[in-house]
Amino acid sequence: MIKHVCIWLMLLAPLSAQAAIDAYEFSDPEREERFQQLTNELRCPKCQNQNIADSDAPLASDLRREVHRMLEEGEPDDSIIDFMVTRYGEFVLYRPRVTETTWLLWYGPFVLLGIGVLVVVLISRNRRQKQAAASSTGSETPTGYQPSEGLSAEEAERLNKLLQREKDQ
Amino acid sequence: MSNRKLFAFIPLAVFIVLGIFLWRGLSIDPTELPSALAENKRPIPAFELPSLTSPDQMLSNEDLKGEVALLNVWATWCPTCKEEHGFLNRLAQDEGVTIYGINYKDEPGKAREWLRRYLDPYKKVILDQDGSLGLDLGVYGAPETYVLDAEGRVRYRHAGAVDATVWQTLKQVMEQVRQENAG
Repeated sequence: MIKHVCIWLMLLAPLSAQAAIDAYEFSDPEREERFQQLTNELRCPKCQNQNIADSDAPLASDLRREVHRMLEEGEPDDSIIDFMVTRYGEFVLYRPRVTETTWLLWYGPFVLLGIGVLVVVLISRNRRQKQAAASSTGSETPTGYQPSEGLSAEEAERLNKLLQREKDQ
Repeated sequence: MSNRKLFAFIPLAVFIVLGIFLWRGLSIDPTELPSALAENKRPIPAFELPSLTSPDQMLSNEDLKGEVALLNVWATWCPTCKEEHGFLNRLAQDEGVTIYGINYKDEPGKAREWLRRYLDPYKKVILDQDGSLGLDLGVYGAPETYVLDAEGRVRYRHAGAVDATVWQTLKQVMEQVRQENAG
């Protein structure tokens, strides 16, 4: 007899656990899908690292109820998100909107990537130029005199020729 | 050559910038959210809810206008509310501060009993049983205390208990708002 009662109680246990999760009825499956998407993208203000779909906080359950209500009233996603933002601020958006203040957030990584590519290109080009210079002039001749203050282009050329001649002799 | 030397300082610069950000992060409380209402000085959302103390009387957002006041969100299920209740009583009695209350997602019977036992610092208490006004205000946990100006706009929000330190800030905001109104 006691055994039977125990089995019955054990069978009931999972049923009562199930009842704690709120179930919403939707008039059409497309709305249910949007509900899933919205509650996954809205952040719970109370338990900060969960979205409102996952959170057990009473506040999250209130917000789910509001999302459901607005969806059933035929509100578009944008106005539901606006509703949340006017109350809880941009904080509730797991996918922040693209505004002037979030440009750095959205485009920063691409800018960094661009800088990285630029640096790699510059370094490799530099190295290639150096290699090319080294192979064409040969390594034993030092670079000649360059025109500078007190030394015109002609004079520099003459000086280099003289030095070259001296070396050849 | 000098260019190359400058390049050598880039890691140091990156380290310093990162360090500044992380150091600032230490003093930021991530559970403290800015209030969307207070940032834009938006008026208290329109509502029509019964009074806790006299249930046949309806209160609306118009009832919160007229003077600079505090609006305190509380509930009997919230231990921190109990902690700050004594201080609110002192503010109302000794400093003559007008405090409105929102009894948030609570049982009215228990709430009335609480006010009878621990005294009532509130000029009016709005009964928000399903939390709809709390939701419109952006309440994310009790207690929360708002500073309202004479036109019923939200000027400041404090989440958590009000104590002597917090009161200094609230007082400052209230005085500033009063001066604005006078000027």
